[in-house]
Parts: sequence; C-alpha cells; structure tokens
Amino acid sequence: MSKTSNPLGLSRRRALQLSAAAGVVSVFPGRRVFAQAASTYDLVIDRQSMMIDGHRSPAITLNGSVPGPTLRFIEGGEAIVYVRNNLSEDASIHWHGLLIDPAMDGVPGFNGYTGIPAGGTFTYRFDLRQAGTYWYHSHSGFQEQAGLYGSLVIESNKREPFRYDRDYVLVLSDHTDEDPSGIFQNLKTEDGYYNYRKQTLFDFFQDAREQGFGAAWDDRMAWGSMRMDKTDLADVTGYSFLVNGKGPKDNWTGLFTPGERVRLRFINASAMSIFDVRIPDLPMTVVAADGLNVRPVKINEFRIGTAETYDVIVLPEERPYTIMSEPIDRTGYARATLATAHGMEAPIPALRPRTLLTMNDMGMAMGGMDHGSMAGMEGMDHGSMAGMDHSKMGGMSGMNHGAPVGGNTMSNPDAPDAVANPPSEMTDSMGGMDRGARERASANQAAVGWADAGTLPGEKALAYADLRSVTTNKDTRPPTKDIEIRLDGNMERYIWALNGERYAYAEPIRVAYGDRVRLRLVNTTMMAHPMHLHGMFVELEDDTGANKALKHTVLVPPGKEVSVLLTADEPGEWPLHCHLLYHMAAGMMARFIVESKTASL
Amino acid sequence: MRATIVRGAGLGVLLFGMSSVPSAQGLAQQSQPDLVSGASEMGHEGALRWFNLTVDQLEYQFVRNGRDGLKWDFQADYGGDINRVVLRSEGTKLTGDSYEEAEVQLLYSRSVGDFYDAQGGIRYDLGNDPRRAYGVFGIQGLAPYFVELEALAFVSDEGEFSGRLEAEYDLLITNRLILQPNVELNVALNQVREREVGRGFNDIETGLRLRYEFTRVFAPYIGVNYERKLGDTADFADDEGEDKDAFSFVSGIRLVF
Repeated sequence: MSKTSNPLGLSRRRALQLSAAAGVVSVFPGRRVFAQAASTYDLVIDRQSMMIDGHRSPAITLNGSVPGPTLRFIEGGEAIVYVRNNLSEDASIHWHGLLIDPAMDGVPGFNGYTGIPAGGTFTYRFDLRQAGTYWYHSHSGFQEQAGLYGSLVIESNKREPFRYDRDYVLVLSDHTDEDPSGIFQNLKTEDGYYNYRKQTLFDFFQDAREQGFGAAWDDRMAWGSMRMDKTDLADVTGYSFLVNGKGPKDNWTGLFTPGERVRLRFINASAMSIFDVRIPDLPMTVVAADGLNVRPVKINEFRIGTAETYDVIVLPEERPYTIMSEPIDRTGYARATLATAHGMEAPIPALRPRTLLTMNDMGMAMGGMDHGSMAGMEGMDHGSMAGMDHSKMGGMSGMNHGAPVGGNTMSNPDAPDAVANPPSEMTDSMGGMDRGARERASANQAAVGWADAGTLPGEKALAYADLRSVTTNKDTRPPTKDIEIRLDGNMERYIWALNGERYAYAEPIRVAYGDRVRLRLVNTTMMAHPMHLHGMFVELEDDTGANKALKHTVLVPPGKEVSVLLTADEPGEWPLHCHLLYHMAAGMMARFIVESKTASL
Repeated sequence: MRATIVRGAGLGVLLFGMSSVPSAQGLAQQSQPDLVSGASEMGHEGALRWFNLTVDQLEYQFVRNGRDGLKWDFQADYGGDINRVVLRSEGTKLTGDSYEEAEVQLLYSRSVGDFYDAQGGIRYDLGNDPRRAYGVFGIQGLAPYFVELEALAFVSDEGEFSGRLEAEYDLLITNRLILQPNVELNVALNQVREREVGRGFNDIETGLRLRYEFTRVFAPYIGVNYERKLGDTADFADDEGEDKDAFSFVSGIRLVF
C-alpha cells in the first residue's frame, strides 16, 4: 500500500480500504462520463447494532458498519452516491466541508432538498472541487448520534506539498446506548442531568483548606449568584468514545513499517465531544486543517472541536504508540494504536485532570458586549434568551476576576482567538491552548479555564494562530461589513440560539453574491461552540497576512469572540449552526442565504 | 415512562427541515415532522414539546405521637420552551383515614425570563373540610444560589385570599448523595373558621431529606419533617383537640421521568 499518485494505484488502495470497511464500491462503465471518471458508491442506511468493547449497542449503520465506509474520490472528478434508506423515518446525508451544488448539500428544508424518504432512495451527484479530508453525516433528527457518519477523502489531482507513505483515517466519535431523543428530553428537563461531576461539599472543604474558607465561600457565592456551574464542560455523559467505531478495548490499530511517514486524518465526527488528542512520545506535524493544506506545524497535541478535521504526519519508530483522545470533560477516552504488528499495545496514559471554568470563561470581562440587547425579557413571545442574567452580574464587580490560581492578566500574543478588537488585558481572551501549561508552576497543578488542556510543560499544543494556509488567499479585499452572530444560550432551560433567536423563529441572514464580510462570532455562553457554515470556507482572521487559514468549522471558546472573513461566492441557502448536535436541535442554527449572482449585478 | 415524544407520521426526522420563511421558490412540501424538532412547524411553538414528571416526595411518615401518614408531592408538565401545561398535586393521607389535606392544581405555565415561569390556573382541594376550588396565580423557578422557589397566590370560590411560599435546595454531599432542605409557609388574608384557617401565617413545614440518586430517575431517601400550625390556626387546632405540630421520620422515593 505504498503511496502512488496514479489513479490505478489509487483505485487499488481504495478497493482495499473499502473491503476493510465492509463498503461496496461499484463502477458503472456505461454511465455518462463527465470531465473525468466518476466514482460511484452505494450506501445503505439500516437500524442495526454494533459491538463496542464486547458490548452490543443500538446503532444506525451504513453498509452494516459504524462509521460508514470511507468514500475515496479524486479531485476534479464527479461523485455519484446512491443512498438507500431502510429506516422507518426520513434520513439524509450531508457532505461536510464540501464546496457543492446547494441541492446536493443534503440538509432537509434547504435548497429544495427534502431528505431520503423512509424506504426510499436518493442519488447524490456532485463535482469534486477540492481535495482533502472531509466527512459525511446525517442532518436528520439525531441520526448522527446513532452512527450515521463516515469519512470522505478526496485525493488531490495536484502534487501534494508533503510526502507520506501510509494513510489512515481516524474517525473520532461518541456513542451511547441511550435513545438520542431521550437524551435531548433529559437535557430539557434538567440541564445538569448527565453531570455527575459537579462540585460537592467535599470539594468545598478541600478548597477551603487550600484557599481559605472565605475565598472558597466567595467563589461558590459568585457562581451561585449567577446560577452557573463551573463544571459544565459537556452536556452529555455516558458515552463510549470511539476511533473508527472501535472502543478503547477494541483498540483500533494502524500498522506501519519503521521509517515510514504516516499520514493520520483525524475527523471529529462526534455529536457532542471536543477532544484533546496526543500520541505520547510521538510529535505530530499538522499539514491540513478542515481538509485544506496548512504550512506544517510541529506539535505534541491538538484540541479538535466537533466536526473539525486535522491531518498530521508522524514518523513512528519501531515500537507501538497510543493515540489518546480525551474529551474535555475527561469522562473517558478514545484510544487507538500505531504498531508494527497487530496485538501490540503501548501504555495508556492516565486521564489528565479536567479543567474548571473560570469567570473569564463566562465572558465576565468582555468589553464591548451589548448586554442590554441580550437580557431583555420584554420580547416574551419567544422567551428571548439572555445568555446570563446581567442584572445579577452587577453584583460581581467586586470579584477577583483573576481567579485564585494563575493570574489571568498576562496577554498572550499567540492566541487562537485573537479578535478584531482585542479586549482589555483583564480578559485573558487570549487563552492559547498552551497558556495553562505556561501558567502552572508544575504539571500536577489543576487546570484553570476552558482553554487549559493540561498540556505538559515544554509541550506544544496547536492553536488557531499557528495555522497558515499554504495557498495565498484568493480574495484580499477588506470586508465591507461586519455581521455579528451572537452565540446565546440559556442553560437552565437548555435553549440555544443565534442572535437571541431559536432557529424556528429566526430571520435568515442574507448577503449578496460576492460580498466580502466579517462574521463576528461572539460567544455569550460558558460552553464552547464549534460553529459550522455549510458550502463555504471562512478565513480565520488571526493575522493580517494573505495566508489566513481556511475552515469550515470554527471552535469559539466560552465567553470569547472569534472573527472570520468570508467571500460569499457560493449562491444558496446555507445552514450556519453549532455542530454540537443537541445545541443545534435546541435552536442554535440560522439560515445563511447568499443571493444568486444576478441579484447583485 | 420517560415521555416519548409523540411520533406522528413515523418520520421523526426533519429536524432541521422546514423553512422559517415561506420562500418564493416554494420549498418542497414537508411531510409531518414528529420529533423534538425545534425547526419544524416553523413559526409557532408546536414542534418541540416534551413531557416531564417529577415526583419530589412520595413517602411514608412515621409521626411521633400521632397517626402515620402517606405524603406525596409531584408535578407533571408538558409543552415547549415557553408554554407548558402543569398538573401538580400534593397531600397527606393518614392511615385508616381519608385525606388530611390534599389538593390538585392544573396550571398554564409561561417562561418569564431565564429562570422563572409565571403560572395561572385552578386548584381543587380533596380534603375532609368543606371543598373549595381556587384560582391560582404564581411563579416557579430557580432563584440565585440554586434555590428552587415557588410562590403562589390563591383566591377561593368564596373570595378568600391565601398564599404559599416554598423553597428547596439541593446540597451535594457527593454527586449522588444529596441533602435537600425545604420549607413551606402558608398565609391567609381571611379567616375561614370552618376550615380551621386563621388570618395571617397558618403553618410552616420544614424538612430535611437525604436521597441517594442511583440514577436521576430513581432516588430513595430518608429524612425528617416538622409541621407546625401558627397563630389563630394553631388555636383552632387546639379547640378541635388536634395537634398543633407534628414531627416525623420519613422514608420514600424521589422519581423523575
């Protein structure tokens, strides 16, 4: 399976890949051929079950497996995918991250697409306009949580800017035995339903011993007055965390020969999990983000938001390695192994401590946020949603924003979320992923703040600021207008919204074809949101250069703002939503409309 | 019986379908969506509905110097983010007797702000005394510091005004062992002699319950409960030869569906 660039080698490899994934590939020579050979796949959606670590769990499968088969295509060709839906409910498949004809984007209710009817079929046909690592998943109900997802790899028809001998896809996901709609109801009933790691009386006594009774008391009162919980990192627990559908005991293993350069294509296909990923003793070089090539960055770990992808290259030596992916609430881990033979294992590192949110994660110090517009409950018709009750926040003024540990007043020049208008030094909005490590005096000190992954001192965690596109940005015009997209939430009611409005009641966002706009993603909540725009890539506005990294999904930390640039050159109705499945279901979505070309001419 | 969301038309899925704005192109007709869909049935809150039943107290009371009793306190509600229908009942049944006191409320509940619901509806008493029906208006929600609060005002079909304040707090000893103090205070603006209700504060009830949440659904508990009649109401009880106060050990289960 050596890397070759000729299509024959590719198809041979694809055939091998597919046989491994129990997929079916069929080529129909008689079909009309467009510019290049079309790759054709058949996918069948079924409700079956899957085995995870010897335990049987209900699942929705694609061609009998979770994840579905890896679909391999060639850039410049055409994809034809026949999908049969054997479920008793409508289904859909969305091609995440692809530049695509809107009618083929696969989101029911957008661009005239109505889904794949129960018992029916749908044929997707679209041109492959890009190369890289992408994925596909259901955009109907909670099917994505149940297993309806898979990976999609488009081989470049140009010379890759990096070399590798072996190529693996690692689909990270979270799986549960529970009925996903039941999960959603539980969250609606009680937002902390799945959180069994809240702070307790014992934690209070421990804090009182360490910080003094007064400080511990004040801390609890500050959070209590806001009715917020600093352990609220993830909404759902009880997950099995999987790599390519395999649990930690199943131990998905990728083989290599020493001396080979191995390309690992990480895809976060989870419903609700943000992972910190590392391979102890094996540095990684990031070569692509969200499918598109970036200038190589050497790192020890990266945080991958739901729906993001990162491609890394590693040079393993003759020994096994554990690929460790810990969700940020540290309620488990996904594990895989790189080895020279099956059955080999490397030690599994202990889970790192979860972090606790700080007042900075609450956006306590975000200047320039228009709280007035958030808080008003006069618009009671739709139960307008204040992210927080700011009348209560007034009483917080006497608070020590610096939190007891690790003063948060250092500004961090290489933050992943540098904003257009950098807030005051107080904000620590510059929570670089490796900030915590630099602030902690020692590795065993507790993590502080959402951005702190517990990275070991001396190790490098990827930050958005490290990402630079290898290609020069096509459109260097400055944006002509700013569009603020506020990420709002009401924890108590488990309502999530954009610009204070649930999707069901929201007006679409409209831009003219060709418009150059800045999207200011302002997170007023205490949870991170991986925001995904369909149909187009956005540029991370973290430097002023012409090599801004392109992303289809942008992780916006709690209480922070991330701004991105967009050239609206793909006409259509595009969903813009938080990729945490239950947030989207609760209303955290908008319709982003790019008017057709003629409209603006 | 965690509520299953009514599955209409068996398709469960157009979660993100449906246009919020009737589009000129006329998006294809959507079939009837069923499930928790914030995005279907655009434009009115019809898509996203769920059912909740919380049996906060279902317990046997071992009353010192008195007759044992069975006590319950539950709330069921159904609806969406903003508008919900609430059925609430609480009461005590003494051993070998009819209800000492029992009531059922049917309310319309509406979100007013992040943390509170305004509620209005009817209450009907099932006790031994002359039956009464009431109009109810009040507020229920989460106060700062995570105090569950309920403040209700009643006006009876005889034009008598009364009110009730309830507060509850969950103290996490561990994430599963939870100590719940609660207090309930009743007040009346009018004396109702035949119901042994005096004017002013009528009674106060306070309890301490220690539950263990095997799951969120099922949590057995033990605890203590103390009720005391106040003011004129206490005097009326004296006149009738009834106890003014009662202390009990309780044992029961808390259920959430």
